[in-house]
Amino acid sequence: MKSPSPLRAAFRQALGEAWAGGAGVLLPIGFFAGAAMLVPFTVGSEASQLSSIGTGILWVALALASLVSMERVFQADLEDGVLELWAQEETPLFLVAAAKIIAHWLVSGLPLVLLTPPIGIALQVDPGALVPAMLAYGLGGLAFFLWGGVAGALAASVARGGLLISLLALPLFVPTAIFGALATIEGPGGPSLLFLSATTLFALSIAPFAASAALRLAVD
Amino acid sequence: MIRAFANPHRFMALSRWLAPVCLGVGALLMLWSVWQGLWVVPQDDYQGGDIMRAMFIHVPSAWLAMASYMGLAATSLVWFVWRHELADMAAKSIAPLGAAYTALCLATGSIWGKPTWGTWWLWDDARMMSVLVMFFLFLGYMALRAAMETRQKAARAGAILAMVGAVNVPLIKFSVDIWSSIHQDASVLRLDGPAMPPVYLTPLLIGGLAHMIFFAGLTMMLMRAEVWGRRGDVLIARKLSGS
Repeated sequence: MKSPSPLRAAFRQALGEAWAGGAGVLLPIGFFAGAAMLVPFTVGSEASQLSSIGTGILWVALALASLVSMERVFQADLEDGVLELWAQEETPLFLVAAAKIIAHWLVSGLPLVLLTPPIGIALQVDPGALVPAMLAYGLGGLAFFLWGGVAGALAASVARGGLLISLLALPLFVPTAIFGALATIEGPGGPSLLFLSATTLFALSIAPFAASAALRLAVD
Repeated sequence: MIRAFANPHRFMALSRWLAPVCLGVGALLMLWSVWQGLWVVPQDDYQGGDIMRAMFIHVPSAWLAMASYMGLAATSLVWFVWRHELADMAAKSIAPLGAAYTALCLATGSIWGKPTWGTWWLWDDARMMSVLVMFFLFLGYMALRAAMETRQKAARAGAILAMVGAVNVPLIKFSVDIWSSIHQDASVLRLDGPAMPPVYLTPLLIGGLAHMIFFAGLTMMLMRAEVWGRRGDVLIARKLSGS
């Protein structure tokens, strides 16, 4: 029997893990909503103040929530030996790494993007601006997941590497956070959305290679 | 050229006298530039009076912070491509020094900022933010190395991270520059020659040179310690295996 291609296997496995324990799909959602909920308690409930910082709060919550389940993404594959098989396949490892990260973004990143309008409305952001802003949150979230994936791959062989992943990935989030926050304020017509897409494409062109180099290190 | 310096024995023989010389010469030049800065040069009221004397520590530490990240990236690349162990030792040694210089740069910058800008910290200042991000890159690098089980893995993971960071640094710099900057424009490296009067410029450049030489000496010292540490490991391993 021919074994399935590692690319499809990695993709399907990541989708399947979303409903398993540990790295479940509900965990990032709960973290995202909970972090955003805490903000009115700390900065005050004044509507004008909340509406001016609401989109930024969503960016911070998105950046942090993207790291919540990153620890398990490659660690599980390392522990059950799948990673070693993938490293020996003909399919380039960087494609497998990209497939894993993008599948992980689909199950733990995209739901957060879909959740931004209701939370944004609760934070008194103009509802008309929130639907176009979802494009920015989606693009920015993908960049967060890609850099987080590099950090996750680097820390794959480290026990309890969750905090390490955050320390490694957060500085790399800076350009995306800056252009993302500007893009949600400017709206879809402004130049910042183009810069934001550029940072995401940049991450897409570098992160898979760095992640695959890190995975080879974890396997050895 | 690289091959000649990649030999650990030659490095140990060279650094044995070069490291103390660098430390001594660097310290002397540093003392001279600080003495010039604190007592000799006239104060500049436009830059906040006496507080501008902080420049003679602040500006060299900013130069060194940037140079050490470049050094970290370069040594990581050399190690990753050619696997010269000395390059990895250099990267490992540069990281804490670079973190210290970024911290020094931020501390002196905010002490200078308090009387001149009226605040310890300015979030919308581009250079401060870039240096702060660089500080976190150094911290992450050291934390990753410390978390790895073996020396070889620490070297590989560190090299990957340093190179990923290095390709991101221009992007971080650019994105942070999009923010408005209230810093004065660059006043040393300009096409029409330095804008700073020579009475300030000379001690400043000598100070920068002093810190660079001192940094080289410290790096060599740390690398020597690393070589001795590895020799010690070999001796222990031999003893344990009973040969």
